[in-house]
Amino acid sequence: MNNTFYGKLIFELGETGRVGYSLPKNELSDYNIASLPQRLKRKEKMGLPEVDELTVVRHYTNMSNNNFGVDTGFYPLGSCTMKYNPKINEEISNMSSFTSLHPLQSVDTVQGALEVYYNLQRSLSEISGLNEFTLNPFAGAHGELTGLMVIRSYHNSRGDYKRVNVIVPDSAHGTNPASAAVCGLKVVQIKSLADGTVDVEDLKAHLDDTVAAIMLTNPNTLGIFEHNIPEIAKLVHDCGGLLYYDGANLNALLGKCRPGDMGFDVMHINLHKTFSTPHGGGGPGSGPVGVRAGLEKFLPNPHVKKAEDGTFYIDTDAEALGSVSGFIGNFGVMIKAYSYILTLGKENLKYVGPFATLNANYIKDSLKDVYELPIDVVCKHEFVFDGLKDKSQGVTTMNVAKRLLDYGFHAPTIYFPLLFHESLMIEPAENESKTTLDEFIAVMRKIAKEAAEDPEMLKAAPHNTPVRRPDDTLAATHPIVTYRELLADSAE
Amino acid sequence: MKYKYFPHTDRELNAMLEVCGKRSLDELFDEIPDSIQFKRDYDLPSEMSEVELRRYFAELGAKNKSLICFAGAGCYDHYSPAVISHIISRSEFLTSYTPYQAEISQGTLQYIFEFQSMMTELTGMEVGNASMYDGATATAEAMMMAVSASKKKNKVLIASTLNPSVKTVLETYAKYQSIELDYIVESDGVSDKIDFEEKISKGDVAGVVVASPNYYGIIEDYDGWADACHAQKALFVMNCQASTLGALKSPGEWGADIAVGDGQSLGIPMNFGGPYVGFLCTKKSLIRKMPGRVVGATKDLDGKRSFVLTLQAREQHIRREKATSNICSNQSLMALYITIYLALMGAKGLKEVNELSYSGAHYLADELCKTGKFEMLYPNKPFLNEFAVKTMLDVDVLQSKCVEAGILAGVKIANDKLLFCVTEQRSKAEIDKFVDIVKQF
Repeated sequence: MNNTFYGKLIFELGETGRVGYSLPKNELSDYNIASLPQRLKRKEKMGLPEVDELTVVRHYTNMSNNNFGVDTGFYPLGSCTMKYNPKINEEISNMSSFTSLHPLQSVDTVQGALEVYYNLQRSLSEISGLNEFTLNPFAGAHGELTGLMVIRSYHNSRGDYKRVNVIVPDSAHGTNPASAAVCGLKVVQIKSLADGTVDVEDLKAHLDDTVAAIMLTNPNTLGIFEHNIPEIAKLVHDCGGLLYYDGANLNALLGKCRPGDMGFDVMHINLHKTFSTPHGGGGPGSGPVGVRAGLEKFLPNPHVKKAEDGTFYIDTDAEALGSVSGFIGNFGVMIKAYSYILTLGKENLKYVGPFATLNANYIKDSLKDVYELPIDVVCKHEFVFDGLKDKSQGVTTMNVAKRLLDYGFHAPTIYFPLLFHESLMIEPAENESKTTLDEFIAVMRKIAKEAAEDPEMLKAAPHNTPVRRPDDTLAATHPIVTYRELLADSAE
Repeated sequence: MKYKYFPHTDRELNAMLEVCGKRSLDELFDEIPDSIQFKRDYDLPSEMSEVELRRYFAELGAKNKSLICFAGAGCYDHYSPAVISHIISRSEFLTSYTPYQAEISQGTLQYIFEFQSMMTELTGMEVGNASMYDGATATAEAMMMAVSASKKKNKVLIASTLNPSVKTVLETYAKYQSIELDYIVESDGVSDKIDFEEKISKGDVAGVVVASPNYYGIIEDYDGWADACHAQKALFVMNCQASTLGALKSPGEWGADIAVGDGQSLGIPMNFGGPYVGFLCTKKSLIRKMPGRVVGATKDLDGKRSFVLTLQAREQHIRREKATSNICSNQSLMALYITIYLALMGAKGLKEVNELSYSGAHYLADELCKTGKFEMLYPNKPFLNEFAVKTMLDVDVLQSKCVEAGILAGVKIANDKLLFCVTEQRSKAEIDKFVDIVKQF
């Protein structure tokens, strides 16, 4: 990335008396807000900046130049599926015939929107092999929570109240145990084998009538397919538990394998990963939840359904787990995902998993002579190196990651999963060309060489990013989280 | 295999497979047991070109009706300046991930810092974050925060005058968290203070959640509520309609501990219910109990002021099941809408928005009542931009007649009751047109 740096805050650009808006004249000023009782009105001044429109535009444009996105360059961030966000999806989702809709308009005035919603539900069912979907959850973690609520509702509906344990492998995403806790369930951690897959014997030892569910992602966080999944599914089902599929890694399997066919009962999908909707700096996402037949009635209200006459309607179910959203979820994200599915169609969707997998294996096999590959098997969409092979110069994964920024690449996910000390988790999406991958491989090899020849330079990386290694410790020990605090701090 | 999103040429494909020691793409999936391999085509439509896609969605869009909006109830048709959609579309913002690599994410980190700063100004609180999905789930997070902060108590008192969709989400989260909910009785459209005082005095309440304005648009008076909560070591949580904070007494001024709500009314399009962003602002003393990601200011190696995600020790990727919440995202892009909105509008613009909305809403209320077909559900209660009415008209027929004229006639809240909202986007002519239809009815 270029060494441009724009460091001003909007609060520092204001001048008393400037405005950045224009509003209609009040045609009804006989009705005056001044007649509201004083005790209900705000007295404290709001410390918002006073800026003109051009200043605002330049400010945020300059700030954007300090950012790196998929459109800027290669983003091999493991577990995040940073694929290309097609521009047509943005155009479609910005159509005013959708954006102008109020969520409580009568259903006969929103048939087009409900059709998008319903068709996306059906498409996700077909792709995942599960019976029915809700699109209400707002994000992956929110989907996990919703899915676990479905599972608890199911057990409770059968009077099986003792099922309070959720089994989670030690390699799982941190959201899995956190979601279980928010759902009021207890987490039981099981071990992984040396090859990175679930230790089936350890699993067996934990299976009893207190198990509500097991949460798995497949391929797992090491990018390895849990080939024992049919056996795991049978074991868990035999003991009365359900299988939850964390859809974070679904991209690897598009076209090749479906969670429903593997034996999973409940899952979430991250539309912002597998279905190409932009991450937007962390959100908005969307985390639809799918369930096997028999569990549909527990899905959260409201439900979008299709009547026999082909029209769409919104329904609520008394047996539903409740509601997890104010309205029906992130519609603006759903429409992008549906546009993506239609763009690729059945002819191309099936190649998403294979090309993503090919790209990951190509990088892995091109670099494993210089980076430590703890588990040398065919990976799926991602894989994990345990730092440099030659660690004699004390160069860490953090150093490698920061140096990559100098070369114009985003860093991989680092220090996750926790199974290795120097985890470097790489996921190239299917859209990346061999040309891009070769450039990345060349840079990774160059960094390995720098580690041997000039380790001190490497340890001081990055060298040409807009800022260099902001001090995390200072931020945490002396938290300054607002401009007001910043001013007070500089006055001290 | 030639497709615009798959750049692999046949020659490259073969070269790559050779490096991996495979003869075909299928061989990369050999370890998947045959019994669970997916071997047919998806039962989905065939690929569409952009030409076809545009046509298809134009047809779908034509099945919707864009209406002149007199509805609120949690989603508001406020003005969104043109600058916002322009900046939001910049791919540097749009296509980035959560800002883990601070060196190349200063854009995102800095606007979240600005968002936190602006929202704390608006709410009169000290800290905030950009991680809440929407207003309803933000309120649920506040409820859980109150219980976690109290350590021993697990009862939360909630106002009956909260938006029902917020209440349902609170009830859902409470059920799974084994939080006991109790309701403050509603009398004459507002929370009954005597009932509240009686319930809080028992000393077993961890938090109290109220609404401002409430579901009926009424601006409730919470004088003394915070003190009553604090006397019993309970947290006072206010669910606020963001835009009205520009004119109404702020949660900070009421003495609240946590201010939550949906930020949609600050420049985010209605978008059929989402995406929006919830806000959650609180006191600095509660920062370590706060869910979500927080951005803090710091300095880099060269002493440059810079921003990082901070206080991560509370979060799921470190604490796993002991985290304050399972939330791991930021609703960053939606927070950027609000940040730009508040930068453009400033305190003055926001005040004007409220003045215009107040005038329009009160004019509409008067005109509707003058027709003799409506009366205020709660007369003499102060409101800003939203109000509830009772009518002897058939609400369904009235609403569909209005749709024919291109008007969204409020939200039906009972067979004979409607909730109306007027924002600065409604002209006098539009209001008159609506009232004329009512008159003819």
